[in-house]
Amino acid sequence: MRFGVVVFPGTWSDRDMRLALSGVEGAEAIPLWHKERDLQGADCVILPGGFSYGDYLRTGAIARFSPVLESVVEFAAQGGLVLGSCNGFQVLCEAGLLPGALVRNANLEFRCQWQHMVCERGDTPFTHGIHTGQVLRMPISHGEGNYVADPATLSRLEQNRQVVFRYCDSGGLVDAEANPNGSQHNIAGIVNERGNVLGMMPHPERCADADLGGLDGLRLFEAILRTPAGARGAAGSSAAPLGVA
Amino acid sequence: MSRTAGFISSWELREVALSRAEYELILKRLAQEPNQLELGMLGVLWSEHCSYKTSKPLLRRLPGRGRQVLQGPGENAGAVDVGGGWACVFKVESHNHPSAIEPYQGAATGVGGILRDVMAMGARPLALLDSLRFGPLPESRPHFEGVVAGIGGYGNCMGIPTVGGEIYFDECYAGNPLVNAMCVGVVRSKELMLARAEGTGSRLLLVGARTGRDGIHGASFASLELDGDSDERRPAVQVGNPFLEKCLLEACQELRGLGEVVAVQDLGAAGLTSSVAECAGRAKAGARIDVTRVPRRETGMSPYEVMLSESQERMLIVVRPGGEARVAKVFAKWDLEAAVIGEVTDDGQLTVTEGDSVVARLPVQLLTEGAPERNPRSQPRAQQATILNLDRLLSEPEDLGGVLVKLLGSPNLCSRLPVHRRYDTMNGAATIIPPGGDAAMVRLNGTQIGLALTLDGNGRYCQLDPFTGAQIAVCEAARNIVATGAVPIGVTDCLNFANPDRPEVYWELEQAVAGIAEACASLELPVVSGNVSLYNESEQGGAIQPTPVIGMVGVISDYRRRLTAGLRQAGDFVLLIGQTRSDIGGSEYMKVMFGQVSGSPPALDLAREQAVQGFIREAHETELLYSAHDVAEGGMLVALAESCLLGDLGVRCPALVGDGGLRLDVACFSESQSRFLISAPPRAMPNLQTLARSHRVEITLLGLAGGSELEFEGQIRVSLSELRKAWAGGLEKALQSTRE
Repeated sequence: MRFGVVVFPGTWSDRDMRLALSGVEGAEAIPLWHKERDLQGADCVILPGGFSYGDYLRTGAIARFSPVLESVVEFAAQGGLVLGSCNGFQVLCEAGLLPGALVRNANLEFRCQWQHMVCERGDTPFTHGIHTGQVLRMPISHGEGNYVADPATLSRLEQNRQVVFRYCDSGGLVDAEANPNGSQHNIAGIVNERGNVLGMMPHPERCADADLGGLDGLRLFEAILRTPAGARGAAGSSAAPLGVA
Repeated sequence: MSRTAGFISSWELREVALSRAEYELILKRLAQEPNQLELGMLGVLWSEHCSYKTSKPLLRRLPGRGRQVLQGPGENAGAVDVGGGWACVFKVESHNHPSAIEPYQGAATGVGGILRDVMAMGARPLALLDSLRFGPLPESRPHFEGVVAGIGGYGNCMGIPTVGGEIYFDECYAGNPLVNAMCVGVVRSKELMLARAEGTGSRLLLVGARTGRDGIHGASFASLELDGDSDERRPAVQVGNPFLEKCLLEACQELRGLGEVVAVQDLGAAGLTSSVAECAGRAKAGARIDVTRVPRRETGMSPYEVMLSESQERMLIVVRPGGEARVAKVFAKWDLEAAVIGEVTDDGQLTVTEGDSVVARLPVQLLTEGAPERNPRSQPRAQQATILNLDRLLSEPEDLGGVLVKLLGSPNLCSRLPVHRRYDTMNGAATIIPPGGDAAMVRLNGTQIGLALTLDGNGRYCQLDPFTGAQIAVCEAARNIVATGAVPIGVTDCLNFANPDRPEVYWELEQAVAGIAEACASLELPVVSGNVSLYNESEQGGAIQPTPVIGMVGVISDYRRRLTAGLRQAGDFVLLIGQTRSDIGGSEYMKVMFGQVSGSPPALDLAREQAVQGFIREAHETELLYSAHDVAEGGMLVALAESCLLGDLGVRCPALVGDGGLRLDVACFSESQSRFLISAPPRAMPNLQTLARSHRVEITLLGLAGGSELEFEGQIRVSLSELRKAWAGGLEKALQSTRE
């Protein structure tokens, strides 16, 4: 399976992402340059972390206008799998592929730390094999990961069960104390209604190797690999909506 | 540009930071009087910051050679062979003065500058470390907050993890904080680049940011004391753009393998003047550049401003004729400008033109090597009382557990997590030991090689005795490395001192360099790069303590065999290696509990140090150890508490008996050197004892790991949660203490 890892100027998780994927059986990772429209046959597009275009203006605000993103939007519309982590999540929100926005952490500080989060959807293409209610541990590293949306959007997200990950403590308790950045409803990651676009602040590529402190990130990549090709929509097929009931 | 022959005002000289004697020398060396631009160029290159004219005679004493040294001092950074065909490139540099008046940008551009030094060697930066010193909190909070945010702002955006360093607070740094940034990178040894402008006719390409008016005279500013007018020098502080530097980094990586590239040189202090002169000087060549071809951010800039600008995020690339287009294409991919601004010549002159007219022409060697070495007067500081009679001075506290809690919560000993978590510590998927232990460790992805990294100093010890204090800095850095299971292989040093024109300050510098030299020679450690920062004085804090800071790199051939500081499992033996004596002078215990900084710093015996480090290394090689931790500031009890907290495991010990009638508080908090705290499975004990005997080091069983308390029977009993609360919350408490 081919993963296309998008590289904007200022992106930095692309190398770690490709390194993590190189350890996953059956995965091939290729860089996708921001100036190119060709997704080179990628089955899954990853928007990695970093400071795309310096995050000037707003995080992710300029990346959405890049040529590669036009293709990503099209790809997502066809049901292709898109995973945005950290800055990638911010870009997905700016591009309108996911609702809401990520603003400055409530504590006004950059936060890099291991963070627990509970998986509330074990049935998306990104989380197959992870039980609903299972607590994962992944690194976060951001200054602007505070998820906000208007009340209507938030209740729609909850109603549709689009919240995939929520910050929690080691025991799975979701409360203000376990929230590292002030995100509404402790949101760490969401999918679109169709279920083929996931945005998350944590970094799965930083926990795909036991020597780095954890393996929970690997579960996401393995889940994507397990998704049947017919459900990925990479070839432009109009795949059936996934996961979201 | 003309001037009445032979006359120059003191004001003009001060503006370019030249002494009258230096000016006279310039007149002698040149056929004619220098014009204003030439004088400015000489001024910046002859500044202490660029020429090291005061410290150079001393720095020659440092051992720079060694079996593993690939590049010693004199280049953008030093390099050592770490095995597997890989070179580790590293250097530490100060950005003290800019951080004093503009903490965020000063610190940020300090990080940006040291990154470019490593990039210029052809390496990819792997990790950053920072040694920071501020005045006491909460008063110094603006410095502290600005510097920490600046380091994070630059490093995080660049995607280079900040994995270690140190933070200390002392009154002497109140107006003159110290910000020393160290960068470590890796490159295949055969792809190591040297910044030598070789090949007459080679083209000089200026790449990266455009040149503006920022930072003019930054190098000269760094060579003056801070005073009430320093705020007016704020324009001499540059503004950083880490996004641009990230693009520059990636473009420089793509230069690798392009045969056309002769050399890469960072533009740092003294900007274009320094980088062109140094690059040409190393190759004994000349250079000719045309200022009209330098891309500018502002209009109407004079040649003087272009040549002296310290605009950030610029690099000079030396390219064989005909290779310009290929190199420019790499930068264009990253939307960066690359302008041909001149070429290498064989006349040994740095010629600056504005279009066709020559505006400056100076011998390269006069610029880079011409500054006369200074040999200021040296005079020992009045001797401190060397022996502290503790019993007469201080009564022994009854509640040692309470003292431990207080020490662990004190600003210099408490957890740095609140700072570390503001830095991206994990980027690069290489951080194997995160900050918070003895040394950090990063691995070389694709290999099993681990690099242990530390940055260490102790101004208080050096204040009491600069020679011993500097030796301790080297030995402690080495202990930090050894505690991770790695072998120390190279040193970079940052020498932060006050005004060396005062005889006692120059004496401190002399003593500290001698101490570093002796300790490095004894431990067989080459000093491959470094930086000197003088004139660190302010109206607020006076002269800083002599503060040599030691950056050290160690190697472990298989990072999976690393050791960490935290206790591992219940039932393990917890042991103290080395001897505890009454080394209470300059200790945190004396400072925190009694407000005293006096006496002698801990004694240091280099033979003993070698023995103890040798013991730890051999014990680790024979797989006898579960954990190891350097016993440093705060002494044995603080080290023990840290090992408990890092391992989240208590320890139960029988009553402690001080060796040779030591007072119990001294046994707990003495900062005797050459000690480690280790844990090991009980079955390893006989072998450890045999090994200790053969290395002639003391081994003392303290107790057993386990439970959730730190206990010495009948003497001390504190719960880990109480210790953790003090330790974890110490920094926040110090920051907030105005509100009390």
